[in-house]
Amino acid sequence: MDNIRNFSIIAHIDHGKSTLADRLIQYTGVVTDRMFKDQILDNMDIERERGITIKSQAISLPYKAKNGKSYTLNLIDTPGHVDFSYEVSRSLASCEGVLLVIDAAQGVQAQTLANLYMAMEHDLTVIPVINKIDLPSADVDRVLEQMASELDIDPDEHLKCSAKEGIGIEEILEAICERIPPPKGDSDSPLAALIFDAHYDAFRGTIINCRVFDGKLKNGDIIRFMFNKATYKVEEVGHFRITREKRDAISAGEVGYIIAGLKTVSDVHIGDTITLDNRPCAKPLPGFKEVKPVVFASIYPIASDDYEDLATSLEKFKLNDASFVYEKDSSAALGQGFRCGFLGLLHLDIVQERLEREYDLSIILSVPSVCYRFTLKDKSIVDIDNPTHYPDPSSIDKSEEPYIRASMMLPERYLGAVMKLCMDKRGVNSNMHYLSPGRVELTYEMPLAEVIYDFYDRFKSVTQGYGSFDYDLIDYRESNLALMDILVNGIKVDALSQIVHRERARARALLACDRLKEEIPRQMFKIAIQGAIGGEIIARSTITPFRKDVIAKCYGGDITRKRKLLEKQKKGKKRMKMIGNVSIPQSAFLAVLKSDTD
Amino acid sequence: MPAGLYIHIPFCQKKCGYCNFYSVTSLALIREFITALYKEMELYRRTFDSVPFDTIYLGGGSPSVLSAKQIQEILNHVRNTFDFAADSEITIEINPGDIDLLYLQDLRGLGINRINIGVQSFNENILKFLVRRHSRQAALDAVAAAKRAGFDNIGIDLIYGIPGQAMTVWMETLNAVLSFMPEHLSCYQLTIEPDTPLGKKSAEGEFVLPDNDMQYDFFMKTSEILEAAGYVHYEVSNFAKDMDRASRHNQKYWDHTPYLGLGPAAHSFQDNQRWWNHQSLERYLENLKVGTPPVEDSETLTNEQLQLETLLLGLRTKKGINLERYKERFGRDLLKEKSNVIADLDKAGLIKIENGCLRPTPAGLAVADSLSLI
Repeated sequence: MDNIRNFSIIAHIDHGKSTLADRLIQYTGVVTDRMFKDQILDNMDIERERGITIKSQAISLPYKAKNGKSYTLNLIDTPGHVDFSYEVSRSLASCEGVLLVIDAAQGVQAQTLANLYMAMEHDLTVIPVINKIDLPSADVDRVLEQMASELDIDPDEHLKCSAKEGIGIEEILEAICERIPPPKGDSDSPLAALIFDAHYDAFRGTIINCRVFDGKLKNGDIIRFMFNKATYKVEEVGHFRITREKRDAISAGEVGYIIAGLKTVSDVHIGDTITLDNRPCAKPLPGFKEVKPVVFASIYPIASDDYEDLATSLEKFKLNDASFVYEKDSSAALGQGFRCGFLGLLHLDIVQERLEREYDLSIILSVPSVCYRFTLKDKSIVDIDNPTHYPDPSSIDKSEEPYIRASMMLPERYLGAVMKLCMDKRGVNSNMHYLSPGRVELTYEMPLAEVIYDFYDRFKSVTQGYGSFDYDLIDYRESNLALMDILVNGIKVDALSQIVHRERARARALLACDRLKEEIPRQMFKIAIQGAIGGEIIARSTITPFRKDVIAKCYGGDITRKRKLLEKQKKGKKRMKMIGNVSIPQSAFLAVLKSDTD
Repeated sequence: MPAGLYIHIPFCQKKCGYCNFYSVTSLALIREFITALYKEMELYRRTFDSVPFDTIYLGGGSPSVLSAKQIQEILNHVRNTFDFAADSEITIEINPGDIDLLYLQDLRGLGINRINIGVQSFNENILKFLVRRHSRQAALDAVAAAKRAGFDNIGIDLIYGIPGQAMTVWMETLNAVLSFMPEHLSCYQLTIEPDTPLGKKSAEGEFVLPDNDMQYDFFMKTSEILEAAGYVHYEVSNFAKDMDRASRHNQKYWDHTPYLGLGPAAHSFQDNQRWWNHQSLERYLENLKVGTPPVEDSETLTNEQLQLETLLLGLRTKKGINLERYKERFGRDLLKEKSNVIADLDKAGLIKIENGCLRPTPAGLAVADSLSLI
């Protein structure tokens, strides 16, 4: 156990976490250079394109240190976005130390801080690593100052590297061995293993990633999940080393995987404790939380024939994403679909993109909603996350919506713009303090609905990318809500209905009408778009028809070409949703969700 | 319905700026081409043995670069190879820059009974913009000569919607043509094709075409004026003094009547099959030298494709789509299936049901492409 080091890399988005992980893997030689695929831990296309890690993974790296000893370094990768902060916390709970990566050019950012706090909560050894020192804009001195003033970390402890150029990698590996303490634990105690990740393998079913704190786990053991008391027989245990390497047992201090005949990842709860059925541990490991979605939207296939495909795809998708939940839903305008819950907007984006890309589906997403709470006149309380289930307005006694605490870090010069944005977003109870001269940390309490609407894009834009943002859900607060509908040629498009703050309804409706006008192509007849609350029209726009589209000549040699063009258009039309006789492209549905600043 | 025969004469004195029909300017190859054409006819003699024809259409290119003698030879050969009805419609396209009265008299003497004159405009500036090689006067002379030569079925081609063209300028050309009252008029809205000199200029941003509303105004005004002058607007771009004067040949393209196309780039259609020749005189000649059909490619139309073509072609015509026949042919009741859309389009003044036919109004003709996607 003395030669094991369990660690994570934490960083603000884009500060180079995955690249550093790649270098460590490469340096320790578990893959040959030829096999090496850039950013090997991020093995999904979307992750690689967006530069973020969605699903955490773990990998065991063999390392022979300068002191002559051989170590096993277990690198536990973490997702790098606020939507997945619970997953991050479970990964950190499995470690004894972290590499805190800070971009030499960008310096300390909101997630640097959020991640560091989380690491400190778990009493982890923090090794600060300043990355991207090769950049012309690198300013190591400034980062060192920030480390001292904003993070309260001794700047002398820092290491410098360029993961991209492979500079400083050996020093990092040495520091991991020297500074991070070996795991503690007792192999003879009853088994207590923390689940920090699970993923689905088409051949083996669910593969659980865990950290063993006490005890020993071997093939054939009957394990018990302490949260739901389910028991399974272990088929295989082992370590990850790019591929799975089977072992007879994994024991206290080690990180490894378990295959135990679980069919879906939903059978597994991240953060749950695994113990042995015949010799259970006294109590579960601390920190378990049931993850609940906060953002909800409906997904509809564009062609109703694709409904079955969508159902199958969601089922498959769910196999690998326990935090994604869905149930059947139907829309008067869009037909059969599914109501889905997500951890946040990014999670929603990812699900949407993967459904389109990996499952080749054309889908329409309804306007995302948070979960509102209504107290009705009969004193009953209903939670509504779907505008179509909005209660009869006359029956509502009290409306409430969820609030978050947003914490933002930004250069002082953007303070005015950000405060204005937060106030636009109904932010209250602001708090501000200077982290260092010229840099402030600003907190606001804001309705979650405003944040999921377009806050993040606008925040990025007003701070020109220099601001960083993190949030926590805090509570429900009373609010003046209304249901806003969108009508296209008099037909209500329920997927575009939104629950809005009454004072914002008109502005939101106008924006939606304008957006739809931009995105819906002109058609043969006039299209009227209206925003309404109940029977009252609060916004409108009109799309004038096109009046001429016919080609002048269509003789023997033109017909095939013309037909092929029309076949293509017909295909394109199939990718649009018919509302009455109006074809609405997918982009129009998306445009309604977009901010008014891009 | 008897079939139509199209012969593509792939030669021009000079290429016009807007034209993307296949042609070359190497007139020295005419002789060789005619020989190849005979061979091509021979290849189809058997297949079309039992098919009666009732139209010949000499198009191009500019058939009028051929001598009357060469045209006579070709017509004789065609008549000896295929079976033609006595009252066949025989059309030739001519360029005003190529011809004189004597030539037209000779053509008339060969039994050609329909002449289509590529006038395009009576405005010198526009003729220049289009890179036509004849003047306004030559165009006027050609029309007069055709009449004098005894043609009583004269068609005139015009182009409108030229960049910068004011409605009044187009009205002048329309008025000029109405002073002859030709039996047939084709008024084409200018289409910019990418692989033409105008296409290149357009890509470089040298000019802008009239916007959609303006195009519509040109289109509707043309329709109104010509209908008021007694013409039938029987297809998107075509007008006839009465339906007897409508192009018998061209109508075959629009209702899936068989046609055989000879010459480079010519298209043929028979029994759900469409095939087309190489768009290259060189390959055309090479192939026929060794007795191979000069066919570049072919397609067998699926039922669905035939339906789409029926809609796209039928809705370009005033006659529209015969719903009963459509049902017989494809087993689908359009009226029933599309009742909502049809009602809306009717309300919008684009379509009407008349004598069991789904018919576009003139405004409907202007959006015929979209109508076919209902």
